[in-house]
Amino acid sequence: MKTILYIIQKEFKQIFRNKGMLPIIFVLPLLQLVILSNAATFEVKNIKFGYIDKDHSSTSRALVEKFNASTYFNVLTDFPSEAIASAEMLKGEIDVLLQIPQYFERDLQIEKHANLGITINAIDGAAAGVENVYVNQIIQRFNQNIKMDVLQVSDKQVQPIAIETIPLFWYNKTLNYKTFMVPGILVLLVTMITLFLSGMNIVREKEIGTLEQINVTPIKKSQFIIGKLFPFWVIGMGLLTIGLILAKVIFDVPMLGSLTLMYFYTSIYILVILGIGLFISNFTDTQQQAMFIAWFFTVIFILMSGLFTPIESMPKWAQTLTEFNPIRYFVEVMRMVMLKGSGLNDILPQVLKTALYAFVMNGLAVWSYKKTT
Amino acid sequence: MKRFIGFIKKEFYHIFRDRRSLFILFGMPIAQIMLFGFAITNEINNVDIAILDHSKDATTEEIINKISASKYFSIHQFMDREADVETIFKKGKVKAVLNFEKNFSKKLIRDHKATIQIITDATDPNTANTISNYVNAILIQYQKDWNKDITIAYQIIPRTRMVYNPELKSVYMFVPGVMTIILMLVSAMMTSISITKEKELGTMEILLVSPIKPIQVIVGKVFPYIFLSVINAIVIVVLSIFIFKMPVQGSLFLLAMESILFIISALALGILISTISATQQTAMMISLMGLMLPVILLSGFIFPISSMPLPLQMISNIIPAKWFIIIIKGIMLKGVGLQYLWKETLILVGMTIFFIALSVKKYKIRLE
Repeated sequence: MKTILYIIQKEFKQIFRNKGMLPIIFVLPLLQLVILSNAATFEVKNIKFGYIDKDHSSTSRALVEKFNASTYFNVLTDFPSEAIASAEMLKGEIDVLLQIPQYFERDLQIEKHANLGITINAIDGAAAGVENVYVNQIIQRFNQNIKMDVLQVSDKQVQPIAIETIPLFWYNKTLNYKTFMVPGILVLLVTMITLFLSGMNIVREKEIGTLEQINVTPIKKSQFIIGKLFPFWVIGMGLLTIGLILAKVIFDVPMLGSLTLMYFYTSIYILVILGIGLFISNFTDTQQQAMFIAWFFTVIFILMSGLFTPIESMPKWAQTLTEFNPIRYFVEVMRMVMLKGSGLNDILPQVLKTALYAFVMNGLAVWSYKKTT
Repeated sequence: MKRFIGFIKKEFYHIFRDRRSLFILFGMPIAQIMLFGFAITNEINNVDIAILDHSKDATTEEIINKISASKYFSIHQFMDREADVETIFKKGKVKAVLNFEKNFSKKLIRDHKATIQIITDATDPNTANTISNYVNAILIQYQKDWNKDITIAYQIIPRTRMVYNPELKSVYMFVPGVMTIILMLVSAMMTSISITKEKELGTMEILLVSPIKPIQVIVGKVFPYIFLSVINAIVIVVLSIFIFKMPVQGSLFLLAMESILFIISALALGILISTISATQQTAMMISLMGLMLPVILLSGFIFPISSMPLPLQMISNIIPAKWFIIIIKGIMLKGVGLQYLWKETLILVGMTIFFIALSVKKYKIRLE
């Protein structure tokens, strides 16, 4: 026991002696939490909107006015020609282009219907889909208004049926994105810091040659590993704590569930990450290799965690792969406990899988760690 | 010059001798691009929902069939009690519950009006909103079928054209993004580590007292990585063309030049990082912790920059990846040439010069 304490003491000293690292461990992640949480939103607003009005009638002006009034669109210029407008679209200066043909108003009055051209920059397919919905909503409403104006007098038609939908947004009535992203980004930062630090640590001793020196001491394998990893576990829990405080104070993220449960889960989770870090350390010769591997898995873990894009939309094989992604479970648990107030019973599957993962990873890590080289 | 070439050769040997790193260096981007190209999409498909049908009549059944037939939803379960909605959400089993009111069919026939509640788990606002929109779209279609005998007077018919990506494939967003993170992080990380490694192990001192000029040391160290990154870029572009059918509407030559420019800017950033860090550990943490998230989040890779708050939009301007993503998408998807991309290109050139100038300055101070 004493030996472990000495190792822990030594590791802490080493971490805190390196003044350059401290801001990277604590300040950089928290700064990112505060800043980047604002960036992560799929909301589509400030759509750059241009139009070509060849009709110049009161109806066409009224239609453009509708777009102008909408909060989603930033209405830009009336372009004099299609060539100029498409050039602007190529430059990325406009996202949505509305083309009102000549005789638009006349067609509407005489033929009872008129065509309207809409061009949407669809490089970002998801955004284009949303923009299309917005455009259609505005046009539909405009349509209805015209109908009302005309139909009031002779409303003898059969009344169409209408199914009314009432959307209820539970747990996040205002559809606030930050509430959703802050817990997720916090998870990432805790994971990245603990993984990178632990992944580099032992391989560093290997590279510098100090590991040999430790190997000739009477210290036991398990003592050494526990002593090595414990400080990172503490750092991880510390980051979580500061992160949660910032989440509450700055973003006012609701914390419906039990804090104890969150800490309980995190304490197991960090063990998984430390196990992975140690495992990487054992299989690499240089810090460079260790970091490439750690980076490789981190990028995959992040993008396949359901943090930014939903897991259900992935193909089945990819969904199966995410079962092996620790970040996935952490993200789920944080969001469930914090935002929905889920209890231990609800997150039991995640807890069990994480615990099993921790057990397997650390088993593998200890097994693959050779005291003799 | 001969000495310099000898030095570069040595650096190449160094890299190629380390088989494991080489494997990682080339294997990882391939694995990542394949995984992401196939797996990641921000479309919403097969969302699990539950149904709470208080009416259980022919109409609700028809609507439920329509919903379960769409590719967006799969019905996870039928529920009986409103009280269970909370439980099922807390377990995270379903994202939404459709709640049909009592006597749905009767009301629809008698009053021409009936109501469905769409209860969504809005912890994920995007999914919640999209679900609600999709259900509405299906219902509108259903009503249209029902109402088709009624002629509607006065109608504006929008003819929508999606340009540059008519099928709305999300892989067109992800390939340029993944290519950018790979080039950015691999280049910046590799250079910063390889230079600090010399410092940490003390071999830098030896290099500096050798007759090779300091600038040559740096260029010699960076050169092999330019070569490796270019190969990586080629592999990624070839994969995206042949496997993901990404078009290259514009000039391949321009794409190649811009990629090299971006690689050099990332390498310059790597050099800058190495001048401010004393150990490999610090260099890695700066390039991983400092670059990874900002590059993923602020470059327009996943989230649209125009929706961000203004200060963040301004910060995004100093992320080289943002400009490179605009350039790749421009060349590959829009097929535009330099006349449309000169601004972005100039910004990248400017950033590269700035990084290099700053590192040269820092580097000199360290030597004195």
